[in-house]
Amino acid sequence: MGAGLQVDSQGRLVHLLTTEGLSAEMILHILDTASQFVSVNEREVKKVPLLRGKSIFNVFFENSTRTRTTFEIAAKRLSADVINLNIGSSSTTKGETLLDTVWNLQAMDADMFVVRHAEAGAPHLIARHVKPGVHVVNAGDGRHAHPTQGLLDMYTIRHYKRDFTRLVVAIVGDVLHSRVARSQIHALKTLGVPEVRVIGPKTLLPADVERLGVSVFHDMAAGLRDCDVVITLRLQNERMSGPLLPSAGEFHKAYGLTPEKLARAKPDAIVMHPGPLNRGVEIDSGVADGRHSVIMPQVTYGIAVRMAVMAILAGNA
Amino acid sequence: MTEDLAADMKIDIRNARVIDPASGRDETVPVFIADGRIVALGAAPDGFRPDRTIDATGLVACPGLVDLAARLREPGLEYRATLESEMQAAVAGGVTSLACPPDTDPPLDEPGLVEMLKRRAESLRQARVYPLGALTLGLKGQKLSEMGELAEAGCVGFFHADAPLTDLNVLLQAMRYAATFGHTVWLRPQDAHLAHGGVAHEGEVSTRLGLPPIPAVAETVALHAILELAEATGARVHLARLSTARGVALVAAARARGLALTCDVGMHHLHLCDRDVGDFNPHMRLVPPLRDQRDRDALRRGLADGTIDAVCSDHAPVDDDAKQVPFGEAEPGATGLELLLPLVLQWGAQMKLPLAATLASVTSRPAGVLGIEAGTLGEGRAADLCLFDEARPWIVDPASLASQGRNSPFLGLEVTGRVTTTLVDGRIVYSG
Repeated sequence: MGAGLQVDSQGRLVHLLTTEGLSAEMILHILDTASQFVSVNEREVKKVPLLRGKSIFNVFFENSTRTRTTFEIAAKRLSADVINLNIGSSSTTKGETLLDTVWNLQAMDADMFVVRHAEAGAPHLIARHVKPGVHVVNAGDGRHAHPTQGLLDMYTIRHYKRDFTRLVVAIVGDVLHSRVARSQIHALKTLGVPEVRVIGPKTLLPADVERLGVSVFHDMAAGLRDCDVVITLRLQNERMSGPLLPSAGEFHKAYGLTPEKLARAKPDAIVMHPGPLNRGVEIDSGVADGRHSVIMPQVTYGIAVRMAVMAILAGNA
Repeated sequence: MTEDLAADMKIDIRNARVIDPASGRDETVPVFIADGRIVALGAAPDGFRPDRTIDATGLVACPGLVDLAARLREPGLEYRATLESEMQAAVAGGVTSLACPPDTDPPLDEPGLVEMLKRRAESLRQARVYPLGALTLGLKGQKLSEMGELAEAGCVGFFHADAPLTDLNVLLQAMRYAATFGHTVWLRPQDAHLAHGGVAHEGEVSTRLGLPPIPAVAETVALHAILELAEATGARVHLARLSTARGVALVAAARARGLALTCDVGMHHLHLCDRDVGDFNPHMRLVPPLRDQRDRDALRRGLADGTIDAVCSDHAPVDDDAKQVPFGEAEPGATGLELLLPLVLQWGAQMKLPLAATLASVTSRPAGVLGIEAGTLGEGRAADLCLFDEARPWIVDPASLASQGRNSPFLGLEVTGRVTTTLVDGRIVYSG
């Protein structure tokens, strides 16, 4: 849901709000564009003038150093002016409404907003109210979507596995609260991955998740069998004990990715994680730092993918 | 718009298709009104000389609608709406009697507030207002309100609105106390813990949109508790705003056991479901949440087969600012008084019901729930009625609404059926 807002009548991307409803062609166009920027990032001078003179506002209503930094680096490598605003709390506690904040920034001639917000749908609301020609990139909204993360994961998978149509991909852990998992699932299905599995206890899988086209596993050993790609999700500290889980230790025992469990997957399986890692909870150090792990390349490709998204939105790629 | 005519005016309504759901009457007969009452249907009383004749050719005349839930936002919430604007909306929608929930600021938990509201409403001389008192002080779910005093001040029942009532001992005692004096306890079945933090029905849509969910069991678990307590205490209970198919089945079973029970459904829930949330449309943020298609279909059938007594507008005017925020932060609710008739007509047509049966769910049946003398067109009754054109299409937009609330899931859409004239006590209070 949201594809109607983010693609115009000519099929051009005007906002990036969710991977749901994006065409395979558009996703591949973003990945192909990103691959050109990967080589830029390997050069001595890591800068191209594509977005010179453009103002990009990173508006983060929810704190995140990592994601904000990667967007900032990506924008700077495109020669854009970057302004970071950490609003850090929900719009309702600020006195000023979300839209007032956005309208004020728009009056400062913003060309693009990169938005993170604790409420699902906040970037949609902004996209509906900005002037034509101003673009919105969703950098994470509640549990709903984190499309650039989903796309950088697709980039990583394609880099290592080439053909999406022969893969078995497992997503393990707290799918319920994960916007990353949702963005991955939509993109994987669109790209033709025949089997996407989610693995976790019933308390951490959202209702009717199989309607998204995934198969559900509660037994990790069974779920990992013959997987090509294993994606572990971060388990937030506040969810490690309470009504959803008894303890981090018990979660680790059942769903933590250990070398023993990973042995069920294919010998050349890759292991991914959106970060930051909880070592010893959802993933063991032996796996995170081991030969299957592509967690650091994910971060590297993240810059290129965000450059590609911003360049395409600005109409220069 | 409003003609302030003397109450003793004699009116002759000609050529209307007169429908009185309570008696089953559906025929074209003249209606004669004098001294604020219907003096005759059919033959004119001897020597009747009308001061005014209304030619209602092509129109339906039915009892004024009775709405079980209309928030007038007074006292305390006048920035959303005022009594003046919402009472105008009521009569523009053909509503001549309405029950208002106690979720004002402060809540309707003391007689002074209720008397003030009744007096203010009466001074406007439009629809009749039947306040529902707060079941507990401040709707805090701890101490009983003074039900006796509140009833004397005019409360027709005691409601906990959408406020959480987590302590079942308080509910048990409230029912015992209410049963002692024959008061009706109104409850919207929702377990506060199971619904905590949720903003959308738990299912595929909430999963896709990443919206915090409210599971269907939040309603059914609460229903089980309420039905057990009602049976144990003998309290008369009204269940407000059913939203699930299982809830409808539980109510049907309880009624079959002979429990003194009534219930209602909000009009939006007859027509919309969780898919209509679309891309986080804040107008679809309602309480209870829009559930799935099967739930919606069960509500539609339940209203048709009598398991559900009445449909209400669940009128909740919200200011624009409170809707121009992300879905989860949006103030729930929708303006409804002026859409009640078209939406109930649409439901009736889709269910292929006779017009009289359709109209019963907004006239005689809700009047029965409230235990008030309204909702029928019998001779000698107060002349509360409305005339409407059942085929007239109109577009729902801010300019077409009298309510101060412009928030509706139906904004921009065409609906069919529009009130042309509303009478209360034989006075023309609206003519459009």
